[in-house]
Amino acid sequence: MPARKCPPPASRSAGCACALAPPPSRAMLSLPPGLRRRLREGPSSPPAPPASRAPLPSPAPPFAFAPRRLRLGPHHPLLEDGDVHRHLYLQGVLSSLAEVAEKPKVSEFSCHISGCCQAFDTLEGYEHHYNTLHRNVCSFCKRSFPSGHLLDIHILEWHDSLFQIMAEKQNMYKCLVEGCAEKFKSSKDRKDHLVTVHLYPADFRFDRPKKVKSGPKHVSSPKKQGGSMPMDVSMETSEQFQVDPMEIGPSENMEIPQPAASPGPSVPEERLYKSRIPSTICFGQGATRGFKGPRKKV
Amino acid sequence: MVTSSITALRKARRQEQLVSKRLLREDTTAEEGGQDGAEIVPDPLSEDEVKSMMFSMVMGVLKVLELLRGVQRGSEDRKRSLSCLRWALRNKETQQKFVRLEGSIRTLIGLFTSSLADMQMEAARCLHELSHSSDPAVAEACLPVTSYLLTYLSGHSVEFTELCLYTLGNLVVESEAVRKQLLPQGVIPVLASCIQSPHEAVLEGLGYVLSQLLQAKEAPTEIIPLVLDSVLPQHMLRLVCSGLKAGIGAAVEFAWSLHYIICSHTANTALLSLGALPALTSLLLDLASEIPEDAPEGLELLICPVLRCLSNLLAEETGCEVQIQDERLLIALFLILQCFLQQHPFIIQECLWLLNNLTADEHFFCSALLSLDLLPALLQLLPCSQMASVLVLTILCNIAEKGPAYCQQLHQQPALPLLLPTLALPDPKVVGQCLELLHLLFLHWPEAAADFVRQGGHQALEQHQSIPELQERAQALLDIIGQPLGASAFSPCHAMLSAFS
Ligand SMILES: [Zn+2]
Ligand SMILES: [Zn+2]
Ligand SMILES: [Zn+2]
Repeated sequence: MPARKCPPPASRSAGCACALAPPPSRAMLSLPPGLRRRLREGPSSPPAPPASRAPLPSPAPPFAFAPRRLRLGPHHPLLEDGDVHRHLYLQGVLSSLAEVAEKPKVSEFSCHISGCCQAFDTLEGYEHHYNTLHRNVCSFCKRSFPSGHLLDIHILEWHDSLFQIMAEKQNMYKCLVEGCAEKFKSSKDRKDHLVTVHLYPADFRFDRPKKVKSGPKHVSSPKKQGGSMPMDVSMETSEQFQVDPMEIGPSENMEIPQPAASPGPSVPEERLYKSRIPSTICFGQGATRGFKGPRKKV
Repeated sequence: MVTSSITALRKARRQEQLVSKRLLREDTTAEEGGQDGAEIVPDPLSEDEVKSMMFSMVMGVLKVLELLRGVQRGSEDRKRSLSCLRWALRNKETQQKFVRLEGSIRTLIGLFTSSLADMQMEAARCLHELSHSSDPAVAEACLPVTSYLLTYLSGHSVEFTELCLYTLGNLVVESEAVRKQLLPQGVIPVLASCIQSPHEAVLEGLGYVLSQLLQAKEAPTEIIPLVLDSVLPQHMLRLVCSGLKAGIGAAVEFAWSLHYIICSHTANTALLSLGALPALTSLLLDLASEIPEDAPEGLELLICPVLRCLSNLLAEETGCEVQIQDERLLIALFLILQCFLQQHPFIIQECLWLLNNLTADEHFFCSALLSLDLLPALLQLLPCSQMASVLVLTILCNIAEKGPAYCQQLHQQPALPLLLPTLALPDPKVVGQCLELLHLLFLHWPEAAADFVRQGGHQALEQHQSIPELQERAQALLDIIGQPLGASAFSPCHAMLSAFS
């Protein structure tokens, strides 16, 4: 168990709310011997309770006691100190340096996916790289997706030859939200649905509208680009990128507010220069890579 | 932690303003703070500095692009600008300035969704720092991020998924707007598929998100029904119960999540039908039998919500108690009490609450408590705190109320010598409950009354004759013990008459 999983010692010794409650007489609780053994032995046949089952008179005023199982809501005072203890536990959690240092450094190695030569010195770094770039990759067009769900939808919509035909007859565009069974006539309808029903941002990066009407056949496997592009910061080298599937638009422009080059008190403040990163740059998942994804080894 | 801040936390909790967040950071307290663990917060940046930081971050990305064709390994440069930003974002003012800066969140989203693996990780860390802000405006600035956080939960590295989860969990507890948006975005189905992850760290983060969602004020109507409709409850129960074998961190989170569901009292039939009661009972038995004799680090964090779940489930009117007629439950409770009494006294009231619910209607548990010889231990808890006193007395009342045979045993144990000092306590609630207990004892076992008089109980009662909320009952008891022993004058009817005479 990594160090972080345990509450930090600091909050343990000093942080407990109740450690500060005035301790009246809290000596060790003395228990009859052999309890642990009985606990491990398993259930024993219980002794018969004393037989006095006759209904007993209920208390008369001024006495009012009646046995009652207590059902406590989340804000009951009895739960106060336990809640504070939980709070301190959550607040105190730190990833310790020890844990980070524990990550075994391995001698530098490169990603084994052909065409990708990124180097790593930790397995974690490699795991993240692999999952980011190679895990959900379309084997037809080499695009990478953040989830298997989005990849499945992409493959269906862009590489299934029946899709277009079917789409003319029935709603075929599946909602991108996992767990939602809705289907739509067009990606535009889907987008409206995503925005109105699921409160997705209107510019959700994985639901880019088509820019050029084009059948899936046109999206042929790219041949040249990518081999030397380890990261998906890709250059747009061909028209083909303009024909983008439902999402991942490499041609997307990312607006980045950019302060004046030498920020200082003299800079006119509210004046942000909208610099457009050249359209050739993509921050999204739109890279087309020259290596083969894990889904289809070639 | 000084007493005053504990008091402040208690007060915040009473006002329902106790917001807990978890922060994942790679570096240690030692590195960034003093020995007392105090965190060093970077100085706030000026508006221009924030802008310039954004700028250099973007430039870092552009630089990578220049190098695109050649460089294969991670450039330290580009990462550095983002880690500077992450460091700066530990400062609350800088957080506020950053989110006000036009396009800042969009830029982070751009990096977050990029496949520049280490940039993506740094962007996630920046978002995580923002999620830790105590300013609700910062959380709401992060609204555009939530759909991406959900989208990226299903893959990527454990570390990245963990970051996304804790970021979500922090945002969720800070802002109702975030919750209102996450539900239609499908957070519950995403969590339901994520809960099958084999990674303990992911499960723990997931449990954290759930626990944060489930304690929202609108949870009983908006969130819990969705959770119940998913596969989550059965997995939560499974993960809590495998806490000792698998990861305790995840078990802690799911146990708190179950507690928040159960104490809403909207879902207990569903949970009972999943077998929550026998499952949690057997977990408690395992926990108690495996407590190490010395200091069981952190185990109370799991035990506490498990106790709460059991207590509240038992309070349901379903006759479920029949399923758990197992005296080992009492043994477990007392072993837990023994173990945590000194270090975590809050566990006392949590255990006593369960003990009350077990003994309230069940002859079985009252009888087992006596036959296991646990009464002396119960009496030792009497002076622990006001709350403990009232609960112990209530449990004793539960037992006494079961009739003469039980009262006889209480009398023999002997309980009376401990009740006398209790009568001298200044707390009317404690004394009131003590008077109730004496009444039951005298009613069912008159010898106890005689003994009480011999031990000087008369005076102990007389001092309460002037306290409005106690005087009637004190007088009634004085009337009872004033009767010659054996004159069967203990009928409720007589008590009532004497009280009003
Ligand atoms: Zn690779
Ligand atoms: Zn494809
Ligand atoms: Zn939908």
